[in-house]
Amino acid sequence: MTQSNRISGGQIDRSKTIRFTFDGQSFTGHPGDTLASALLANGVRLMGRSFKYHRPRGPLSAGSEEPNALVQLRSGARQEPNTRATVAELFDGLEATSQNRWPSLKFDAMSVNDRLNSFLTAGFYYKTFMWPASFWEKVYEPIIRRAAGLGAMSRQEDPDEYDKASAHCDLLIIGAGPAGLMAALTAGRAGARVILADEDFRMGGRLNAETFDIDDQIGADWAADAVAELSALPNVRLMARTTIYGVFDHGIYGALERVSDHLAVPLPGKPRQTLWRIYSKRAILAGGATERPIAFENNDRPGVMLAGSLRAYANRWGVTVGDQVAIFTNNDDGLRSAGDLQAKGVDVIAVIDSRAEGALLPGIRHLRGAQVIDSVGRLGLTSITVQKSDGKTETITCTALGVSGGWNPNVNITSHHRSRPVWRDDIAAFVPGPDGPPNLTSAGAAAGVLSTHGALITGQAEALAALESLGIKGTVGDLPRAEDAPIAIKPLWYVQSGKGRAWIDLQNDVTVKDVKLAHKENFTSVEHLKRYTTLGMATDQGKTGNVLGLAVMAELTGQSIPATGTTVYRPPYTPVAMGALAGRSRGTEFKPIRLTPSHKWAAEQGAVFVEVGNWMRAQWLPKPGEATWRDSVDREVLATRRSVGICDVTTLGKIDIQGTDAGAFLDRVYCNTFSTLAVGKCRYGLMLREDGMVFDDGTTARMGPSEYVMTTTTANAVNVFRHLEYLRQCLFPDLDVQLISTTEAWAQYSVAGPNARRLLQKLVDQDISDAAFPYMGAGNITVGGLRARLFRISFSGELAFEIAVPTRYGDALIRKLVEVGKEFDVVVYGTEALGVMRVEKGHVAGNELNGQSSALNMGLGKMVSKKKDAIGVVLSQREGMNQPGGYRLVGVKPVDPKGSLSAGSHFLEIGAAPVLASDGGWLTSKVYSPHIGCDIALGYLKGGDQKIGQRMRAVNFLTKTDTEVEIVSPHFFDPKGERLHG
Amino acid sequence: MVDGLHALTALGQAAPQVVVIGPWQIAERVDVALASMACRHGQKTAFTAAAASIGVPLPQPARAQGGSPYGAFWVAPEMWFIEAPFADHEDITGHLKPAFGEAASITEQTDAWVRFDVTGANLPSLFERLSNLDLGQLPNGYASRTVIEHLGCYLIRRNAEEVTLYGPRSSARSLLHALEVTARSLL
Repeated sequence: MTQSNRISGGQIDRSKTIRFTFDGQSFTGHPGDTLASALLANGVRLMGRSFKYHRPRGPLSAGSEEPNALVQLRSGARQEPNTRATVAELFDGLEATSQNRWPSLKFDAMSVNDRLNSFLTAGFYYKTFMWPASFWEKVYEPIIRRAAGLGAMSRQEDPDEYDKASAHCDLLIIGAGPAGLMAALTAGRAGARVILADEDFRMGGRLNAETFDIDDQIGADWAADAVAELSALPNVRLMARTTIYGVFDHGIYGALERVSDHLAVPLPGKPRQTLWRIYSKRAILAGGATERPIAFENNDRPGVMLAGSLRAYANRWGVTVGDQVAIFTNNDDGLRSAGDLQAKGVDVIAVIDSRAEGALLPGIRHLRGAQVIDSVGRLGLTSITVQKSDGKTETITCTALGVSGGWNPNVNITSHHRSRPVWRDDIAAFVPGPDGPPNLTSAGAAAGVLSTHGALITGQAEALAALESLGIKGTVGDLPRAEDAPIAIKPLWYVQSGKGRAWIDLQNDVTVKDVKLAHKENFTSVEHLKRYTTLGMATDQGKTGNVLGLAVMAELTGQSIPATGTTVYRPPYTPVAMGALAGRSRGTEFKPIRLTPSHKWAAEQGAVFVEVGNWMRAQWLPKPGEATWRDSVDREVLATRRSVGICDVTTLGKIDIQGTDAGAFLDRVYCNTFSTLAVGKCRYGLMLREDGMVFDDGTTARMGPSEYVMTTTTANAVNVFRHLEYLRQCLFPDLDVQLISTTEAWAQYSVAGPNARRLLQKLVDQDISDAAFPYMGAGNITVGGLRARLFRISFSGELAFEIAVPTRYGDALIRKLVEVGKEFDVVVYGTEALGVMRVEKGHVAGNELNGQSSALNMGLGKMVSKKKDAIGVVLSQREGMNQPGGYRLVGVKPVDPKGSLSAGSHFLEIGAAPVLASDGGWLTSKVYSPHIGCDIALGYLKGGDQKIGQRMRAVNFLTKTDTEVEIVSPHFFDPKGERLHG
Repeated sequence: MVDGLHALTALGQAAPQVVVIGPWQIAERVDVALASMACRHGQKTAFTAAAASIGVPLPQPARAQGGSPYGAFWVAPEMWFIEAPFADHEDITGHLKPAFGEAASITEQTDAWVRFDVTGANLPSLFERLSNLDLGQLPNGYASRTVIEHLGCYLIRRNAEEVTLYGPRSSARSLLHALEVTARSLL
């Protein structure tokens, strides 16, 4: 198809032709085109279907405010739904498809909804899907979900990369129209660090869409010169294709840069989009204004557009939307559109001016005091019906109608800190309120100053004010000459004639009738209006419809528009893709990984790894011939208890605590006492939260008179360190204590089993006999001369040590331990075997340290010292936490050794109904014990300490298990602890 | 006694890795020993005198200071990280403790961190995609804690074309990956 509607001029490169498709049909355009401008140039007005009624729709606007022309771009994994054709930059090979229609855009079977419109009014959902309640989830929700949404996801992984970045400046200028450019020139010339961001791919804002001059230049040329000057300044950063989408705290602005959206595929290594966090000392909003329509019957047909957008398509892109164009306006700017189109040779067939006193343009028929009351054209406008000042109606044939109801300053981001905009009668629009985000001001049309001269003067003034507040000397330069037309508007929000539907919010199919119905049903609050009618929702967030909706409601309630209120705009200003928010944190790079010192060796052994926090820990290390994980784990457990096993325990948090008050500090941190711990000894410690619940546990060793090494659980390492820092800095600043994490500094291995000492003695230079290094001993040692640490502590219940060397030697140490351990049939075990052995011994771990359990619950109540105060001790004495029948840690075995247990099961008395009232507690951890020969478990049971030997049921609805169990002591293996001493 | 144990770098290799991407070189450093050193309560005079006696600099907040054999950067009130050549200071705390005695809490940190020296022109354009620090505006010798791809790191601007990064050792590969991907995206 030829570009039949392409006219002269415009900022497109006609020397190059771009090919693209829409719904499979091929078209051509030029560099500089948007998808919408290229389609319009090719005579395509129909670009989509409306959300609810599936009405045929074409573009309403030429910018990011577009509610109608939403299309899918690209195909395959790069398919992107709900993209505004009005801002989609044309590129060679672009594939676009229409959406929300079946089977085709021209014939959409779902447009039957339009016939059913009397049922689909405001509050439809709330009225329709009420009964029967049993239909809510299984019938109504699937129906609503199927009907909802516009475009379709590809359901494939996004192949592109997204980046994040930070930028800093003295002054952020949002919008590169005349106000923004003037502000940037003023601040840039003064030497301030400036960032000028604009959502468009061509800076210049409305200057690119207008014909008037600045000084002796065409506005667009002046803008290009300004951009060229700014780009040469090293202190100015120009960010085109970048939308400032939100204002956050402390001068931080969110910005989305579309790095590669204008390309078929990003260049190798380049991101598709970059999410910027801009730190700015001052900011100026120069985001311009958005034209709003006037609602009349059937005002949604393709070809009915904003008048300023018709002008923009003609001036910037050399496109006329139709061969015969009419203009419907309530203000002088609409007349400007008529004049520009006429100057471009477009047949402006009539200007319908709702005002009686509007100016007259030569050579154009004016109908003053008239209103457009209806339109005709199934898939595109063919004629309009006008009610003239004398009450008579006339049908005027036209293929495009430009509507101008006035301009709304783009106040959106000034509301992001909840400031409400304020109403100005003289321009019939909201302007930014006085209590917006700190250090953000506005200039030009965004501030309600709607002339070019006004934009330039306020841009310069706001930049000078910002410079002054920053202590930077600015210069009041000569302002270029520019048009300064006054605002002449007589508000007209909607045409009252006719009984049909007049659209307010085109994206959500909200009509004047809907607002009236909301009013009738008493949903008159602005917030209710929005939710009851869906006014202002979805991708355009009501940029063209909100004020119109408010105005209709104001009229109905008899209030002024400001008294009716306005919704508070929230980020993002325009849609931000989830991929951009995620940045590079996705898939295998969702978060950084932490590798243990033995990782390389374990990987060589074919270890199966499990994520524990960010750590990758060996879960088990399979050997040839082992068919299942249980084979490996059972072998590791049996071999350890039989001879000796090694486990990498580097992941446990290690905190170095020093200072003359280190012992006193620990006495306040732990509920048991540490100040009396002898140098060279370890002690198990229990840490409570302020509320008396157990926070964490671990072993702490005293390495010197004023030096301790604390061990935390892997999961809580960071939390405990943070907790200690809080206590040190805020609660006990008088104590002389210093903290530093050493988790990563030491490679630490547990060596456990009857032969642990014999194995280690082959490596350790010092005597580690029971006499020289007794149970719970700790000290600095050497391994082949290398400084190391040794702790005689056990999680497995075996004779065990933990040996630590500087991390860089961790790989060597695991290899050496395995090598010298061969004579003992040493085994390296993973976290599963670790878990089995700790459950066999009844030690609590993460499943029991669940934040809801006290020391008493865990059977560790005696550890809470009454001789001293410590964090959480007082509140652990609350009556409710010390009831005899409260939860107690118990061991659990199936009565039938073949019976299966599952974590999360609930304890029930035999014969009790499986209801909440019968719940006796729950099973926290379950393993298979090769020593006991069956599943064993730990659990919290009400009055558990009094129920040892009883039989109960362990019921789990999720795993569908119901097992008769015996309640036993949690100490399944070596209950007297004799093996600890070797 | 056993034979000497071999050492691996944080990246799991026998020798430190050097990566060159465009104008930037990312060099793993394993030849620097590191210790944290905090002044104990009421010991400021003794602490400062001890530092002076063996030439340990004590830079102001957010600053690093080089020296021989000791360099230092500030990490918290009354707390510094001390750098020294690994070759003759492997047991860095053993060197420092005799001078400071009970005036300081000193903890070995050498193997808690991976160190990358990133050098080349236009480093701000690289680091603005990694960290929220305004690197181009920072003075030489600036030191700060910062977050890079979720990892808490220390960043020291040695000069306009040299930055030292200390990141958590266990995540050395993740940190290097972030540096490499970002550098490549800017070519």
